[in-house]
Amino acid sequence: MIHSPYLFKSVRVPSVRVRVLVALLPGIAAYVWLSGAAILLQLALASVTALIAEALVLAARRKPLKRFLTDGSALITAWLIALSFPPPAPWWLTVLGTLAAIVAKHFYGDLGKNRFNPAMVGLALMLLACPTTTSHNSPAIFGHLGGTGWPWITLAYLAGGLWLLQQRIITWHMPAAFFGALALISGVFGLLASTQFTQFAGPWFQVLSGGSTLAAFFIVTDPVTGTTTPKGKLIFAAGIGLLTGIIHTLGNYPGGIAFSVLLMNIAAPMIDKHTRPPVFGHKLKHNSGNIATKSTQ
Amino acid sequence: MKGLFRFNGGVKPASNKDVSTQQPIASLPLPEVLVIPLHQNVGGTPRPLVAPGDHVLKGQRIGTADGNPSTAVHASTSGTVLAVAMRCMPHPSGLDALCIVLEPDGRDEWIEHHPFDYRTATLAQTRNYLRDAGIVGIGGESFPSHLDTLVINGAESEPFITCDDMLMRERAAQILRGTTIMRDVLAARRVLIGIEDNKPEAIAAMTDAANRLGDPAVTVVVIPTIYPSGSAELLIRVLTGIEVPHGKCQTDYGVLCFGVSTAYAIHEAIDLGQPLISRIVTVTGNVETARNIDVRIGTSMNHLVAQARPRPDSDRLIMGGPMTGLQMPNRDVPVVKATTAVLVGSPTLFPPPPPEMPCIRCGDCVTACPADLQPFELYRFAQAKLFAEAKDYHLFDCIECGGCAYVCPSHIPLVDYYRFAKSEIRTREHDKKCADEARERFEFRQFREEREKLERAAKLAARSAVGRDAATATGMPEPVLAQLDDAKRALITAALNRVASPRQAVVPDNTEGLTTAPRADG
Repeated sequence: MIHSPYLFKSVRVPSVRVRVLVALLPGIAAYVWLSGAAILLQLALASVTALIAEALVLAARRKPLKRFLTDGSALITAWLIALSFPPPAPWWLTVLGTLAAIVAKHFYGDLGKNRFNPAMVGLALMLLACPTTTSHNSPAIFGHLGGTGWPWITLAYLAGGLWLLQQRIITWHMPAAFFGALALISGVFGLLASTQFTQFAGPWFQVLSGGSTLAAFFIVTDPVTGTTTPKGKLIFAAGIGLLTGIIHTLGNYPGGIAFSVLLMNIAAPMIDKHTRPPVFGHKLKHNSGNIATKSTQ
Repeated sequence: MKGLFRFNGGVKPASNKDVSTQQPIASLPLPEVLVIPLHQNVGGTPRPLVAPGDHVLKGQRIGTADGNPSTAVHASTSGTVLAVAMRCMPHPSGLDALCIVLEPDGRDEWIEHHPFDYRTATLAQTRNYLRDAGIVGIGGESFPSHLDTLVINGAESEPFITCDDMLMRERAAQILRGTTIMRDVLAARRVLIGIEDNKPEAIAAMTDAANRLGDPAVTVVVIPTIYPSGSAELLIRVLTGIEVPHGKCQTDYGVLCFGVSTAYAIHEAIDLGQPLISRIVTVTGNVETARNIDVRIGTSMNHLVAQARPRPDSDRLIMGGPMTGLQMPNRDVPVVKATTAVLVGSPTLFPPPPPEMPCIRCGDCVTACPADLQPFELYRFAQAKLFAEAKDYHLFDCIECGGCAYVCPSHIPLVDYYRFAKSEIRTREHDKKCADEARERFEFRQFREEREKLERAAKLAARSAVGRDAATATGMPEPVLAQLDDAKRALITAALNRVASPRQAVVPDNTEGLTTAPRADG
């Protein structure tokens, strides 16, 4: 028997996922405009790989294919991986990365329960497996501002991200905390750079890169593997920002974001547990405050 | 908005109220039979006062309250008691409960009744009078002698339901009268009547009635329409800023909230001497003529719904609204005092939810929750049967408003998971309580048996002491007597020690004290 409520707001998981994909389109357009249509091929390759991998794993796990294939989550993972590699990346890098991401998602608990951001698992694996292919002059997630025109990618990702905010698919907490922490740590290193560590890049160099913006609005904000309480979101995203800045600068390692996200993914449940907002009727200070104001009326 | 407080969360489903407010409150022809459940309020089940074959008058008490906070039950019309028997209750479980089955005689003849002079009565007398008049929904076991704010709930935020709306439109003066009575009885400093801003006619009628009352302490407050602001806790929050935790006594926080229909029933009981035998019920949903009907308690829902002409594709009856309503096990269950609406459902009106998808922790449920809970975490705990964690995450502060399930993009029946977890926790706590009680009973029995054994021994010793007295008379030497005295004292001390520590008494070496007596004797 069906119990109350009998009414439902007409929103579905696919529609949330589809809107995230739509929000990525401006960034993709800017990418194509600046570096040619190669990225489209990468996206298509990643998408097909993701769908096939997802279908195979679903079939092996005897799960309904249509329901889970059409939810759009595999496509988001695929697109994020394709956008994170530099455009001259070989096709097998994208395919393997996507494959790893999808399999990892299922290994770590399936949609809704996976602990690690699937796209970042795929990226991290590729970074470790093929360090030479992934690290040179990459303009996207691993990279820095690679020549003229790249601010346009940043702006395009920003536009998509702001639209997600307006659609209430994400909240302001994570992008704000991520950018804030990244700027802070980069600023600290920038100050140090002016004295002795001359090899460090300046703060705005990495804060405003296309990769950072993509991460701030589309990667860090993955609801499944991140935190959900308002305070928890701030801590989680700030942690990723700090770690990314440190890894980029001190380690001079390009995949900082992937490892930072994975590290903070582990901490997410604990952060959520300790940042629960007070429950109705249990905000003692608040309650007594009201009784006090009442008596003075 | 000014001076109001807000609560987090809430949802705004389509209200669907207009369909049932187009026509005035109608009355219903007498049904062929009335099935009046005895248990219609929290607390014990009222005891039946009538037997099959008895003739009763309208308003005659047929079930007497079984202590506080149980309430009495009355005949909704005059007629003959056909049976005092188990009948199906208006609850999804479909369980039976004791009912008075009444066949109306068509005369609808009132029992002699008189107004109640609450001004000369004590608080307890008024409370008992209202209890015996069958008034439900006035909260706790006793009335506080002093109250800061009396909140009258006219918010009616649940979609489809308009019974309070129509009652306020048509009988505002009577509601205000009932409100004034309660204000006097409870010595409330102020009365706030909260009505959602989607009921302009009701607001106008109530404001007008309040103005005519001329009491500055009584205010009609228009509040924004956000489901579930009609829940007592949230309405109190919106009007006064006070947060009464779910399940806590409102009067401990200086407030008391009850509905406009209760205020109306209080007016009828006090001013007219009429007990609660009917109520306004909204019949709506998949029907041709949705409207509000004044229905006698015990009328079958089938009889009621027939007046609104349900469409042929109707597939179920829901008691209450679409957010919190209960699906009825069949169409013949009776209207009870808690029936606000009978919602006729159909597959097109309430299509089955799309297949459940995994939770993606999107947080929409958190945004919707008016109790500031983390619904998706509660869902996970319930799913994993981690009940201790669920309790720690304040599962029992959930008011089951359905907001989370309403917004869930994965269409997870979240409230069902909470209901499951709550009932599991209650069952386990009940089982644990039973086990604890059984253990205590067993331990007490052991203690009692031990004590009786000792008492028998003490008696035995006392008897031998009597023998000793006899011995003194016959010239027994003094030292022997002193020895006997010591033996008796030792015995009593040992017995007292054992009684003081029953657990130690179980240890078998407690015969120690007894051994001295025979030795002394010997």
